[in-house]
Amino acid sequence: MLKKFAITALAALTLSAGGAMAAGDSGEIHDVDFSFEGPFGKFDQNQLQRGLQVYTEVCSACHGLRYVPLRTLGDEGGPHLPEDQVRAYAAQFEIFDVEKDEDRPRTPADPFPFSALDNAPDLSLMAKARAGFSGPAGTGINQFVKGIGGPEYIVAILAGYTGEEKEEAGTTFYENTAFPGGWIAMAPPLYGEDVEYADGHSTDLHHEAEDVAAFLMWTAEPKMMARQRAGFIGVLMLSLLSVLLYLTNKKLWAPIKGKKFTG
Amino acid sequence: MSGIPHDHYEPKTGAEKWLDKRLPIIGLLYGTLMIPTPKNLNWWWIWGIVLAFCLVLQIATGVVLAMHYTPHVDNAFASVEHIMRNVNGGHMIRYVHMNGASLFFFAVYIHIFRGLFYGSYKAPREITWIIGMLIFLLMMGTGFMGYVLPWGQMSFWGATVITGLFGAIPFIGEPIQTLLLGGPAVDNATLNRFFSLHYLLPFVIAALVVVHIWAFHTTGNNNPTGVDVRTDSKENVKKDTLPFWPYFVIKDLFALAVVLAVFFAIVGFMPNYLGHPDNYIEANALATPAHIVPEWYFLPFYAILRAFTSEVWVVQLASWVTGGIVDAKFFGVLAMFGAIAIMALVPWLDTSRVRSGSYRPMFKWWFYLLIIDFVILMWLGARPAEEPYATFSLIASAYWFGYFLVILPILGVIEKPLATPATIEEDFDAHYGKPAE
Repeated sequence: MLKKFAITALAALTLSAGGAMAAGDSGEIHDVDFSFEGPFGKFDQNQLQRGLQVYTEVCSACHGLRYVPLRTLGDEGGPHLPEDQVRAYAAQFEIFDVEKDEDRPRTPADPFPFSALDNAPDLSLMAKARAGFSGPAGTGINQFVKGIGGPEYIVAILAGYTGEEKEEAGTTFYENTAFPGGWIAMAPPLYGEDVEYADGHSTDLHHEAEDVAAFLMWTAEPKMMARQRAGFIGVLMLSLLSVLLYLTNKKLWAPIKGKKFTG
Repeated sequence: MSGIPHDHYEPKTGAEKWLDKRLPIIGLLYGTLMIPTPKNLNWWWIWGIVLAFCLVLQIATGVVLAMHYTPHVDNAFASVEHIMRNVNGGHMIRYVHMNGASLFFFAVYIHIFRGLFYGSYKAPREITWIIGMLIFLLMMGTGFMGYVLPWGQMSFWGATVITGLFGAIPFIGEPIQTLLLGGPAVDNATLNRFFSLHYLLPFVIAALVVVHIWAFHTTGNNNPTGVDVRTDSKENVKKDTLPFWPYFVIKDLFALAVVLAVFFAIVGFMPNYLGHPDNYIEANALATPAHIVPEWYFLPFYAILRAFTSEVWVVQLASWVTGGIVDAKFFGVLAMFGAIAIMALVPWLDTSRVRSGSYRPMFKWWFYLLIIDFVILMWLGARPAEEPYATFSLIASAYWFGYFLVILPILGVIEKPLATPATIEEDFDAHYGKPAE
C-alpha cells in the first residue's frame, strides 16, 4: 500500500513539477468555460466562424496566421466553411507568386498572410504560447485542473484594458490588467459591437473576445479533436489489453504461487 | 551466457544443426529469453521493459519525424508546424515523441532509484550499473539536443545556457563551446550538428543497452531480497528462479500496457502539460524569455547547478585554493556533473554488505529522504534564482552529495542489518505459500 502510494505521489509530483515550468508572471486571468475543454471537448463550429470574423475584420489588420493553411478553414471540426466560401475567403488576400513573378490572389492551398505590422506577433500559435494559469508555488496543480490557459489569457488581454495610456520613448502604452508588467503596446482592439454576427450572437466585448480566443485555439491546435479521439481509443484499447494481460498473468503465475486460478 | 546453470538450446532438426554450426543465433535468443530470473521480483522490476519500449518508440517516431523536419534556422520551426498540420497523423507522432521523452526519463528515474534501494549496483553488478549510468548520460544529451530541434524560444535559450556551461571550464572551455556550437553562438551550425547527433546517439544507446543486458544476464538479476540465486545445482536454481519467458514477459507486458494507458491519456488530452508555452514562439536571439527553464527531467540537476553561487563558502574556498581557476560558474558545472558521476561511483561508496534496503533499518529512511530530496530539487529547478529558493537548493544539493559521500559509507559500518531470508525460495514462499505439488 505504501509503495502504491509512493509511486502515485512520485508520479503526481513529477507531473506537476513539469507543469510548473509552464508558469509565467501573468496578471489577472479568469477561467473561461470553453466548449473545447476537457477530454471530450469539441470546438463550437459557430463560435469558430464568429471568431474568424472578428479575426478577419479586426485582428488581421496588423496580425498574421502564417502557419495556418487557408484550406483548413473547410476542415470538419474547424470552422467548416463550404468549399466555395473557403475559395472566396482565400482570394481576398494576395500573395507573391515566384513562378509568375507577380502578385496573385491566394488559393486554399496557400497559408494566411504574415503579420502586416513588424511588431505585431503572428497569432497562429498564440493560444499555446501563453500560459494563463500557474502555480500554486510552481507546482502546476492549477494547470492540471484548469488547463494551461492560453485562450483564457487571450480573453483576459482583450478585455483587460483600463483606459489608461502613457507615452514612453515615442511609443504609446496602454494599461492592461492581464499583461505581464501591466502596460501593453497594442491599442485596445475590441470595444464591443466591433462586428455584426450573422447568427445574431451577442457582440459585447466579452463574447467577441471569447469567440476570437476560441478561433485562435483552433488555429494553434487544429487537430485537437482528432488527437483526443486517438487518445481516447488508445486509452480504451490499452485498458482492455491491460485487463487481458492481467488475467493471463494471474493464470500463468497461479500454480507457481500455489493458488488456483479462478479468473 | 548466464553464470547460473540452466538448460541450453539443443538443435534437433538437420536444418537447425546446420544453422547452429554456422551462426548460433537461435541458441543466443533462447538463452536470452529463457534466462533464469529470480521468481520474487516485484513490480519495481518492470521499468526495464518500459525503457526498452521507450527507446524503440522514440526511434520509430523520430525516424518518421526526421522525414518531414528541416534542420535549418529559417525552416525548423515552420517544418514542425508543417508536421503538426499537414503530415498525416503528424500531430500524434510528434506529440508521442515529445511526451515519449518524458516517459523515458520518468521510467529511467524509477529504474535508477530501484537499483539504489535494492543495491543492484553492488558486486558483481558494478559494470551493469556503470553502463546504465552511461546510458542515462547519453539520454540526457539526446533529450537536450532533441529539445533544441523545434527551434522555439526555450530551444534556443536552453541551448545557449547549457552550451555556455562548457564555456565555464577553465582554459579549454571556450574551444569546447565553439566546437559544440559550430560557431560563436547558437545558430544554424548548432542546429545542424544537434540534429545529426540527436539521430546518432539513440543508436549508441541501443548498443549500450545490449551491453547492459549482457552484463546482468551474466551475473543474473538482482532481486528484492538481494540474496543470490543458489547455483550449486540445477534443482536449486529451479527452486529460486523461473524462466524469463513466459513468466516475466507476460508480467512486464501487463505493466507496460498500464503505463501506456496513462501515457496515451497524457498524449491525447494534455500533450503540452509537460512542455513550456514559450517553445511555441519561434527562436529569437534578440528576445530573452523572462525565465529560462529546462525540461522537467533536467530540473534536479539544474537546481544543483544553480545552487553553488559565489556567496557559498565552499565555492569561495575552492576559488581561493585554486587561485580563481575554479569560479562559481565552473563550480556549479562541476557540481552538476559531479551529482551524476557520484551515482556511478556508488558501488564503491556503499560499504554495507547487505544488498537490499529492505533489510537495512537505518538506510531505508535516508533513502526515502533522498527521493524526497530529488523531488524537491526538481521543484527548485523551476523556481526563480532568488531567496528562499537559493538556500533550499543549497541544502537539497548538500543532501544529495552527503547521501553518497558520507551517509552511505558510514551506514555500512554502524548499521545493524536485519536477517535476510536464506534463499529466494524461502522469501517467495513466505509471500505466497508453498506451491501446489
